[in-house]
Amino acid sequence: MKVYVPRDSAAKAVGADAVADAILAEAAERGIEIDLVRNGSRGMVWLEPLVEVESERGRLAYGPVTADQAGGLLDGSLESLGPVEHIPFFARQTRLTFARCGLTDPLSLADYEAYGGLTGLRRAIAMTGEEIVQQVTEAGLRGRGGAGFPTGVKWKTVLEAHADRKYVVCNADEGDSGTFADRMLMEGDPFTLIEGMAIAGLGVGATQGYVYLRSEYPDAIAVMEEAIAIARANGLLGPDILRSGRAFDMEVRVGAGAYVCGEETSLLNSLEGKRGVVRTKPPLPAVEGLFGKPTIVNNVISLATIPVIFEKGAAHYAAFGLGRSKGTMPIQIAGNVKHGGLFETAFGMPLGELVNEVGGGTASGRPVKAVQVGGPLGAYLPPEQFDTPFGYEEFDGQGGLIGHAGIVVFDDTADMQVMARFAMEFCAIESCGKCTPCRIGAVRGVETIDRIGQGDASAIDLLSDLCETMKDGSLCALGGFIPYPVMSALTHFPDDFGARKEVAE
Amino acid sequence: MQHPNPAIDLEDIGALIAPHIEREGPMLPMLHAVQAAYGFIPREAVGVIAETLNQTKAEVHGVISFYQDFRDAPAGRHVVKICRAEACQAVGGSALADATLGNLGVDWGGTSTDGKVTVEPVYCLGLCACGPAAMVDEQVVGRLDEERMTALLRELRT
Repeated sequence: MKVYVPRDSAAKAVGADAVADAILAEAAERGIEIDLVRNGSRGMVWLEPLVEVESERGRLAYGPVTADQAGGLLDGSLESLGPVEHIPFFARQTRLTFARCGLTDPLSLADYEAYGGLTGLRRAIAMTGEEIVQQVTEAGLRGRGGAGFPTGVKWKTVLEAHADRKYVVCNADEGDSGTFADRMLMEGDPFTLIEGMAIAGLGVGATQGYVYLRSEYPDAIAVMEEAIAIARANGLLGPDILRSGRAFDMEVRVGAGAYVCGEETSLLNSLEGKRGVVRTKPPLPAVEGLFGKPTIVNNVISLATIPVIFEKGAAHYAAFGLGRSKGTMPIQIAGNVKHGGLFETAFGMPLGELVNEVGGGTASGRPVKAVQVGGPLGAYLPPEQFDTPFGYEEFDGQGGLIGHAGIVVFDDTADMQVMARFAMEFCAIESCGKCTPCRIGAVRGVETIDRIGQGDASAIDLLSDLCETMKDGSLCALGGFIPYPVMSALTHFPDDFGARKEVAE
Repeated sequence: MQHPNPAIDLEDIGALIAPHIEREGPMLPMLHAVQAAYGFIPREAVGVIAETLNQTKAEVHGVISFYQDFRDAPAGRHVVKICRAEACQAVGGSALADATLGNLGVDWGGTSTDGKVTVEPVYCLGLCACGPAAMVDEQVVGRLDEERMTALLRELRT
C-alpha cells in the first residue's frame, strides 16, 4: 500500500507529521505493509493534511485528515474526495512550473527524472550561451518576483558583460504576505530550482550560485540544502555537471529577518555580509552585482520555470497567456477564503473568477470587501474591479500590480483605515533607512492616518501628498509602492476613513 | 541590555566561526553560527568576528542591529513568533496576537515572567492559506485560534 502525506510546511502546520506517524503506527498494528512517501503539497491548502492513497483509480485524495482517522484510511472506511487530479481546483489548472510538485518525493532524483526532470538541462548543455538566452527571450518569461522585467534581457546583459567571475543569485526572500509559491516549490520540487540555476549558469557563463533564503522558512532551508547535497553527489552540480566539462555549484544562504532584503540590491549587500541597505541603480546588478561582478538576480519561480521552457520549448511556453504576459503564473489565493491554495494557470483569468469561483469566496461566508494583490505593497481592489484579467499590464491599468501573484481576500468586517495604517507601519518597521521619503515618510504616514482617524479631514490631502512624495522619491519599491495599498484603500473605501464611533478611544 | 556570560569563551567563538572564514561574504553565516550556539550574539563575539574579518566592531554591530533575527541578549526558553501580516489579519490574526500578549502580560518582544516564552512578531511565514499562523521555536503552526494558542502556551510553560 502506497500512501502520500505531504511534508510541506503548510501541511505540517496543520498536523501532517502526526497523521504520518499515526498511519505508520496503525499499519504496523494491523500488519499492513506500507510505503509512506512524504511528498510536496498539491497546493490545496484548505484540504491539508491531504493524504493520497494509490489505487487502480489513481491516487485517491483524503482531507483534511486527522491523526485519529488513520485507521479508517487504512481499512477504507474513510470517505475519499476521489482521484486528486479530478478535484475541480486542481483539474482547472495548467501546471508547468509546478507540474511535479506534490506528485513526487521532493528528494528523489529518480522521481525527478521520471517526470521530465533534467531534460531541459541536457538540452541546454548542447547549446551555446547565446542560444540559451535566446530561448528564455523567446519564451517571453518575465520576472516572477514582482517587477515583471523580461528575464531574457537580464540574462543577455550578464552574458555580454566581461568579467572573471559571474554569479546566479536566486531571490528566495519571499516576504510578501499572501505568497508562498517559492516556499512550496523549494519544499516540494527543489531539483527544479537547482536545474534552472544550472541552466542560467551555463547561459551566462556563471559558475557560482546562491539561494538567498529567508530564515522564516526553516523547512525550505532544510529541503534545499539536502537537495543540493544530493545534486552534488550525483554530478548535477560541481566541476563537471552531467559530464559536460562545465562547472556550476551553488549553496543556500540564510537571511536574517529583513523584509527589504527581498529587494535585489539589499539582498546583494546582505549576501556580502553587510547591512541590507538598498543600492542606487545604476549600476544594474547585471553589470555590477554581487562583489561587483555581473550577476543574475532572479526570483525562485522565474528560475524554476526555466527547466520546463527547455524541456518543452520556448514556443510551447509562450503559447499560454495574455498579451505581453506570457506563460503561466502560480497564483496564491489566501487570507479569508474558502478554498485557499496555489493555483497555476495561464495569465488572463479575471480576478473575480479567481476569488469567487476558484477560491469559493470568503471562508467566513460573508461578502468579499476587498482583495490585496501583490503583497504588502500591492493595491486593495474592490469587487467593482474584479473583471480585471490577471496580467502585468492589465493590473497596472487598474492602479494595481500583480507582484508575486498573491491574492489576500478580506470580508466585509475588514477596516480599510486599519489596513492602510498597517501598510505605513510595516514600511516604517522594515525601511532600510537609506532614503528619506521611505524612512521618514512611513512614520509620518502612520501619524497622518491617525489624525484622519481622529476626525481631522484636512489630513486626507496631506496623506495623498505624502504618498506622491514617497512614490516619486523613494529609492526602491518598499517606499515607492507602499502608496498603492494606502491610496487604494482611501480611494475605494473613503467611508472607512475618519472619526467613527467604533474607533473612538 | 547585554548579559555578560561567564560561560563564553573566545576560543569557542573562534571555533564556531572558523568553518566560514573561507566562504564568500562570511559575516551572516558566522553570526548565524554564533546565535545557534548561544541563543544570542554575545558582546565578546563582536570583537572576535571584527578582528577575523578585518572590520571595526562598529561595522559588525551595525550588521547585527540591522537584522531582526540577531539578538544581543538571550530570549526566553521558547520563542513564539506570531504572524502580523495581512493574510493572517484577514482571518483574525490581530485579535489572536492581542489575546496572546494579554494572557502572558507582555508586549511584542517581551518574555513571560517565568522566562519560558518570548513573543515576537513575524511578517509572513508563507502559511497564508491556513492562518492565523505562528512559529514555535522552529515548528510552524497554522489555523490557530485562542484555544489552541492557550494549549500551546500551557505546554511550553510546564
